[in-house]
Amino acid sequence: MKRIPATVTAVSLGTRLAGMNRRGAMFYFVLLGVILADRSDAAPLNFNRDIRPILSDRCFHCHGRAAKNRQANLRLDRPDGEDGALRTHDGSTAIKPGDLKASQLWYRITTDDEDERMPPADANKKPLSPEERELFKQWILDGAEYDEFWSFVAPKETHPPEVKNEGWRRGLIDPYVMARLEKERLQPKPQADKRTLIRRVTFDLTGLPPNLLEIEAFLKDGSPNAYAKLVDRLLEDEAYGEHMARYWADLVRLADTSGMHKDFYRNFSTYRSWLIRAFNHNLRFDDFIKFQLAGDLYSEPSEDQLVASGFNRLHLIIDRGTALPEESHHKNVLDRVQAFGTAFLGLTVQCAQCHQHKYDPISQREFYQLYAFFNNFDGAPETGGAPKGGVQAPSITLGASVKNPGASGRLAMVMKERATPKPTHILIRGSYEHPGEKVERNTPAFLPPLKQKEGFYTRMDLAKWLVDPRHPLTARVAVNRFWQQFFGVGLVKTSEDFGHQGEWPSHPELLDTLALGFMGSGWDVKKLVREIVLSQTYRQSSDAKPDEFASDPENRLLARGSRYRMDAEMIRDQILFLSGKLNRKMYGESVKPPQPAGLWKAVSMAAPLTYVADQGEAIYRRSFYTFWRRGMPPPQMTILNAPSREFCTPRRERTNTSLQALLMMNEQEFFKAAKACATLTLKEANNDVNKGLTLLYEKVTSHRPDQQRMQLLRETFDEFCALYAEDKTLTEALTPELTHTEFNQRVELAALTMMTHSLLNLELTKVKR
Amino acid sequence: MTDLTNSFQQFCNLQNRRQFIQRAGIGLGAAAVSSSAQAASAAAPAGCHHPPRAKRVIFLFMAGAPSQLDLFDYKPNLEKLHGQPLPKEISKGQRVTTMTRGKEQFICASIFKFAPQGQSGLVMSELLPHLSSLADDICLIKSTHTEAINHDPAKTFFCTGAEMPGRPSMGSWLSYGLGSMNKDLPEFIVLTSAFWSGKVNVQALYSRLWGTGFLPSQHQGIAFQSVGDPVLFLSNPTGVSRKARAKVLEFVAKVNQQQQQLTGDPEIQTSISQQEMAFRMQTSVPELTDLSGESRSVVEMYGPEVHKTGSFARNCLLARRMAERNVRFIQLFHRGWDHHSSLPTHLRGQARDVDQPIAGLLSDLKQRGLLDDTLVVFAGEFGRTAFAQGSVKDRNNYGRDHHPRCFTTWMAGGGIKGGISYGETDDFCYNVAKDPVHIRDFHATMLHQLGIDHNRLTFPYQGLDHRLTGVEPSRVVKEILS
Repeated sequence: MKRIPATVTAVSLGTRLAGMNRRGAMFYFVLLGVILADRSDAAPLNFNRDIRPILSDRCFHCHGRAAKNRQANLRLDRPDGEDGALRTHDGSTAIKPGDLKASQLWYRITTDDEDERMPPADANKKPLSPEERELFKQWILDGAEYDEFWSFVAPKETHPPEVKNEGWRRGLIDPYVMARLEKERLQPKPQADKRTLIRRVTFDLTGLPPNLLEIEAFLKDGSPNAYAKLVDRLLEDEAYGEHMARYWADLVRLADTSGMHKDFYRNFSTYRSWLIRAFNHNLRFDDFIKFQLAGDLYSEPSEDQLVASGFNRLHLIIDRGTALPEESHHKNVLDRVQAFGTAFLGLTVQCAQCHQHKYDPISQREFYQLYAFFNNFDGAPETGGAPKGGVQAPSITLGASVKNPGASGRLAMVMKERATPKPTHILIRGSYEHPGEKVERNTPAFLPPLKQKEGFYTRMDLAKWLVDPRHPLTARVAVNRFWQQFFGVGLVKTSEDFGHQGEWPSHPELLDTLALGFMGSGWDVKKLVREIVLSQTYRQSSDAKPDEFASDPENRLLARGSRYRMDAEMIRDQILFLSGKLNRKMYGESVKPPQPAGLWKAVSMAAPLTYVADQGEAIYRRSFYTFWRRGMPPPQMTILNAPSREFCTPRRERTNTSLQALLMMNEQEFFKAAKACATLTLKEANNDVNKGLTLLYEKVTSHRPDQQRMQLLRETFDEFCALYAEDKTLTEALTPELTHTEFNQRVELAALTMMTHSLLNLELTKVKR
Repeated sequence: MTDLTNSFQQFCNLQNRRQFIQRAGIGLGAAAVSSSAQAASAAAPAGCHHPPRAKRVIFLFMAGAPSQLDLFDYKPNLEKLHGQPLPKEISKGQRVTTMTRGKEQFICASIFKFAPQGQSGLVMSELLPHLSSLADDICLIKSTHTEAINHDPAKTFFCTGAEMPGRPSMGSWLSYGLGSMNKDLPEFIVLTSAFWSGKVNVQALYSRLWGTGFLPSQHQGIAFQSVGDPVLFLSNPTGVSRKARAKVLEFVAKVNQQQQQLTGDPEIQTSISQQEMAFRMQTSVPELTDLSGESRSVVEMYGPEVHKTGSFARNCLLARRMAERNVRFIQLFHRGWDHHSSLPTHLRGQARDVDQPIAGLLSDLKQRGLLDDTLVVFAGEFGRTAFAQGSVKDRNNYGRDHHPRCFTTWMAGGGIKGGISYGETDDFCYNVAKDPVHIRDFHATMLHQLGIDHNRLTFPYQGLDHRLTGVEPSRVVKEILS
């Protein structure tokens, strides 16, 4: 079934499959397909869930909206009309409701005649499986009813379902999740233990681990609302804003260079600072969208609004010289439209730049009507040499403000409109050299219309349209991405595509409830996040039996807590945190922590040819402040699946590779941090080794070692001691600063360093669980 | 090997034996391909749609775009037309770069001599004497063409099939489609030259040229470094011996194993085997890059530069060693070909950089019987103009602008006919006159030789079944297959 593509991008699954034979893999998919589809034999068929994905995947290419490819004058995307699915053409009816024999479609998908069978072999589409044919059979027999596409109609309010489990009746989330579990006869897992819980929620809300005092306080707090208090404390921690902003940075491809040709420095540090403050001050999310899309178009825009409008400047940009300015202009606009589509609509609008969208109801004309909103930038389409300070006009100079201390005098790139809108034409076959008919700004007809007004529509109108409560996509797309942040997978797995080729939600009513709740709360992000992390669903233990992992590898049914490897930034920040060196300074320009020599030089064509690492405390800033060169992003990040930030990335993939193993084993700074952590811990334990090992283990994993684990720690430590005691050169190489210290103390530190290093390589440390 | 190292490996082997057996020969990608509609033919190995002619590719990417007019596409007529305006009916007012836009276009003949080579009589420039001696092994494709007129989008197109960043690179597609042929090395390795002769207008590279786009990241190209560790983070930190490393991994595997029993998470097993692979790479990669076992006569085939770390010549020798060890896709990048001015000087140097090393590589592969199933490819991102950039008066000092409408690439080995020239350009080397080969066709042909139908190697992303050759029609250039 299409909704679980055989070649999944969420890759922890993929890597699991690597170790599985093909039949096993197929079994996985079939099984999971059945689970997700949520139908027992008696359940009525749902067109959007059961039929449309198959039509979209196998049929719409030749029998969909796009007139160009259409075959046999037949559209299967709608029932009515001269070419609709119910039409009779040359004596043959594609679908006759209730009558299989009279339905040509049924014949075509079941015949053995290769010349007649659909989809045809040369279309390179997967043939229909017996199960899929069965679905069509039932659908036709039931009357072949079409429904409007679910995500294009406004979210519907529902009553929370009745559930037997009393502990799961509260809040917006649990009743929906439990209803599904009860239907599947699955039991949820008990709440995770307190140590696991504080570790999980601290990472999820701040990107950092809890320290021992925080763990201690939480363990001691026996009050019924201890966990809620913890959540409220974390939501007020400034690290929350940094952590939340980082996900947004992936989505909008925030980086420090232009990404093209000479890949010049481009300074968006003020935009980053604004993002952090916006999340920390809990800026309403509708304003968060409006500021970014159209902050420059407020009647008297504030500094924040202008800085936020820099969103429209985050696209790749080429330098003046070899490129053709009109081509560059066009590519910039395309990039902006694509970002708008991906970030706010969750749609692949860019697919309509050359022709009618193959799957979604976006015509080429409508694409260029959207394009027209972004076609009027009052600035050069290319950078003229390296921009001074990384800032290219139009820009503003920031003044000092209470909200934004320390920003005075900094420059920020902003969006600006030309006085008279540049005319926009449909570009024939998407080629900027072949303009066709002129078009006016507007939004696609399948979505609610823009408010009527005199004159032309502005980006501000577009922004207001997005956040209108009747808009079916904006809130759903946003809520789904926040959900994905906490559970690893969205309720709609394809968080980048809410169109016809996207995936049917695992819990459609829950998604709608959350979207309505989000809008109803005044687009209150902290409230939504709080709702999520306070749910029983979120608090479940992630331990399960192997067959439970096998039957639902991505935890779509939420019968357990989610478990997955943490992002690169969280892993590095954790290591720095443990070393005691993490520099919590916020805001400001990007920093360059050390990276292996020669990486920039191997690809550069213009200065700076080499990467010059910063010195001192700057290299211990949180990873969100690391300099991001699009042509060669920091390997400590990309090896662990951070995107290059050359294009909008609504979800990171998650792989498990040998390069990641090497990074964790050998990255110099990671290893230095292990040593710093060992040194610190030894001191804190007053050189008592057993105490030191316990302390170390607890710091790194947030848990205390049990007796068996403690024994293993001690044995391994002793083995390391023996190994270093035997090898004087090695010990001296590991502890060069301790020349005046006794040899056995140097051995002890070396061994404890290796223990710390080992612990940092554990799944326990890298995986959010 | 020490006891500790042994014990770690024994431990891992014990844990993973069953997985190893299951995993043998079938990667994720292979599973993805063979589960597609039409079952693979019985004779084709995992991941293939038909029996392959080549197992691996060595792709020599000449970043900056070498001049086809001065290396491969001989146009004797231009000599008498030198200095005259290019006829408008030929150029048809087509788009040029901002560097030559609005300027008169004066024909510029090559100053280099061309002569027929080998039994086939393939005509090649005097700048490539060593390669000329192997003319009978290579197939020139003179009608290659592309759309992009600037380096960055053109390189991105050649390497990923699209001008805009975000698509998987050629090697990633292969790794995804065919899986791995070896257990100790990556499937896709990139080698960039650390220096080159043409020191003007050196164009940048981007990691996206060997990136995975939307494919799972284990399929990305691993760029070998010419300084420090060949593979990033390969060496143990100072103060950590191999014995200590084994001890670390033994401990980690033990705890992870216990953790898996407690929590049921199957992903832990993958981590253990990846750590094991990393441990093996710590010896397999240094072994790969250690040239001390190469005989002098072999090393000398690659020319004098082979002794310099980071040279194109050394990378060619490394490429052969990788091919021997069944690395699937080996891509070399050599920069410095963007000759807008002083082309004769710079091109001489660049040709010298690559001529003997490539000839050495081909001969070396041949003598080891590897050329039969190794496809060697030579290409830049586009060609250069028949008209001069700058003055045409000084015959020793002309330049040429970017030209996507026609350029020469070549292939050798891997089931490609040797000693032939395919496709023709017009008398001015401006337009393709016969048998055009778009880069999409080039990609389709490469994939075909590896046993892949380019229409069927797909990956679903954002609602589309993506493929390397995109949505425009493309074809396998069957005429050049042996």
